[in-house]
Amino acid sequence: MRRFVRSHATELALLAVIAVICVFLSFATDRFFTLGNAFDLLNTSSVNIIFAVGLLVVLIAGGIDISFAVAASVVQYLTATVLGWIGGGNWIVGFIIAGALGVALGCINAFLIHGFRIISIVATISTFNIFFGLLMFFTGGVSIYNLPDWLTTRVVLFEREMADGTWAEITLPVLIMAICVFATWASITRTTTGRQLYAFGDNPEGARRFGINIGAMQFIAFGWLGLMAGIAGLVQAHYAQEVVPNALYGRELDVLAAVVLGGARLGGGKGSVLGCILGVLLVSITQNGLNLMGVSPFAFKMIVGAIILAAITLSNTSIERLLPFLKSRRVPS
Amino acid sequence: MADQALDGAASRPLLSLRNVNMTFGGVKALKNVNFEVLPGEVHCLAGENGSGKSTLIKVITGVYKPEAGAVIDYDGQSYSHMSPVTAQAGGIQVIWQDLALFPEMTVAENIAFQTVIGRWPRLVNYAVMRRVAINALQRLGVTLDVDLALHHFPIAQRQIVAIARALVGEAKLVFMDEPTASLTQSETDYLLDIVRNLSASGVAVVFVSHRLAEVLEISSRVTVLRDGALVGVYPTKGLTQSHITELMTGKTFDYSVLHRDLSKSPVMLEVKGLSRPGEFEDVSLTVRRGETLGITGLLGAGRTELALTLFGMRKPKSGSVVLDGKPVRFGSNRDAIAAGVAYLSEDRLSLGLIQPQAIADNMVIASLDKILSGGFISSERKRSLVNRWIRDLGVRIGKQDDAISTLSGGNQQRVAIAKWLATDPKLLILDAPTVGVDVGARAGIFDIVSKLADSGLAIILISDEVPEVYFNADRVLHMAQGRIVGEFTPGATTLQAMEEAVYA
Repeated sequence: MRRFVRSHATELALLAVIAVICVFLSFATDRFFTLGNAFDLLNTSSVNIIFAVGLLVVLIAGGIDISFAVAASVVQYLTATVLGWIGGGNWIVGFIIAGALGVALGCINAFLIHGFRIISIVATISTFNIFFGLLMFFTGGVSIYNLPDWLTTRVVLFEREMADGTWAEITLPVLIMAICVFATWASITRTTTGRQLYAFGDNPEGARRFGINIGAMQFIAFGWLGLMAGIAGLVQAHYAQEVVPNALYGRELDVLAAVVLGGARLGGGKGSVLGCILGVLLVSITQNGLNLMGVSPFAFKMIVGAIILAAITLSNTSIERLLPFLKSRRVPS
Repeated sequence: MADQALDGAASRPLLSLRNVNMTFGGVKALKNVNFEVLPGEVHCLAGENGSGKSTLIKVITGVYKPEAGAVIDYDGQSYSHMSPVTAQAGGIQVIWQDLALFPEMTVAENIAFQTVIGRWPRLVNYAVMRRVAINALQRLGVTLDVDLALHHFPIAQRQIVAIARALVGEAKLVFMDEPTASLTQSETDYLLDIVRNLSASGVAVVFVSHRLAEVLEISSRVTVLRDGALVGVYPTKGLTQSHITELMTGKTFDYSVLHRDLSKSPVMLEVKGLSRPGEFEDVSLTVRRGETLGITGLLGAGRTELALTLFGMRKPKSGSVVLDGKPVRFGSNRDAIAAGVAYLSEDRLSLGLIQPQAIADNMVIASLDKILSGGFISSERKRSLVNRWIRDLGVRIGKQDDAISTLSGGNQQRVAIAKWLATDPKLLILDAPTVGVDVGARAGIFDIVSKLADSGLAIILISDEVPEVYFNADRVLHMAQGRIVGEFTPGATTLQAMEEAVYA
């Protein structure tokens, strides 16, 4: 039990914060504690969670990426265009195109970082500007509303009529999110490649001495984030039912904050899928709650920022300092 | 039966190198070196920095290819050179000084990391990993919680994890590069026990260390290198520390205790009943002007905690400190520095010096106010200050603007001392000043310490190596479990008696 607390300190701290906020919101508003609202939260958080688990892999490998959200915009736009050329397509074709484009953009980052030894924050700030600049230049900022029918049709996976006559629904993005989460979790905790990624982020020189292929690690990490970004881009287009070139601009910082909040370390070697999801959910729940309480949207950013700060302080403070009785068992020396 | 088999194997060396030559950019790093290790033996490789120890290890592990003519016999096979792959496959493992471990991963994963290496992705089998790790630890006679992340463990235990990892690689020959550099005496004893277990299980260990006491204690033979050439191979029985030092440096050092009459010298520091519960209790001591007071003791004795308190970085619960006749109560180490206390920290690498920065910048960092001119740093004043200390302390450097990391351990330590001398201290506290410093360079550092004392500085010398304080301090206090339990005057007490008291 103690060991579990010590190794999952961040996740537990986040859960505690989320629980407190949930209890508060349940009393402060009548709509928060309903199935419909819970499902809504999942539907709206799906895109960010997909981004987050992708970014998590890059952070674990010791990198950082600023460009993935605009990369997703590029993917959206190109995918919509290609789907137009080939006359429609379907979900499978859509995912193949979006995923491939996403991986390609991710690999550009990996190539710059590994091939030219550019530190990842600089490389991805550059590609962030290049991707976004190219997108705005070639599209002229024009949105695409004419999307294939299959992409804009809402797919409801589960629904239930509530007492007040509204419908609580779980939609397709939640399923896709669940698949991405599971795939990421399985890859980083259950495969040898995943453990090599952790090792590489934790101690690059140590990993090198084990004969781990450093270049491959960079391409795998940024390629995976590219894949997730491509998928998230397509899902976001489906959810919004349109492709707006600057719709995802700025999303990278929200996701980054949520992932770091979830315990991933800038510098590598540390982070979990669970923490990452809790980080995204904490931010979404706060926003959702503020919305339901009728707080001005202009105050959202400020309050969300404060909550991120509070939660990070809490999870950085060692659990042993907050709960001193856990400290009793020292490692024998 | 088993003994016989071992004896039979022991007559044939596990590793034998002949005529190894290496040249780097015109400099001969190894000159016709021969080297031999018997199966299961603990062998020490001794030599100062730059003597060719690391180069030799890298030849054996296949990192470097020696010049033509070299013969490497290992485990019944003959090679003209090794490759990293053949060395690893043959069971040659190196435990680097930095350990190359993964702090965020569990102990099990660190030890059994070999099982996740491979070209193609596979599923990880954590049960196998745990089993492999527990087996390796059992062979060393150690139990650790293998499911806990490594960063929860102190450095001594991480060292054990690194050794266990080498065992998983089916090691027959393990090189340990300065394994005890950052360990205290009791941690070192623990490690030496592990090395004995390792050797008893048939693994040969080559030990590279600056600490000659443990070299003599653990190894059966010593190979000494100097300037890239072999000085000789000696059985450790009958060898003394000063003898090895002479072999390594080619110089004789005069080991004698200090004889300074300080009875008339005024008291510089007077500490009475200083306590910090849990760290040290009721510590009273005096240091006179021109005196070097040694403090020695084992891990957890509270030496460093006491030093940090005198330096104002921790606040005492009770007791008084009088410095140069004035009672002082420091709110922070800035107050202590202003009052004339300087503290050379034990961990020079990470705490004492800023490695990537220039030598000159490191030297002036504690005394920036002395080189100001109109509120800004005067590069002229800085240069002259730095030049003075480089000259006075005999620091060997290329340029003032070179990074500190380009210097050897001994020269880095001189820069660290200069940094504090530049603050014009009255009391200089040296905490383990020779960790990671060559024997030859150590003598140079103690020459400086002796001259500083003669110039009127009061010095506290903290070390867990008893001979170091015995030969370089006027009086020695023995700390144990936070209390001062004994006082020795070198000369009036023998070194042996003092070592027995401290290490008992």
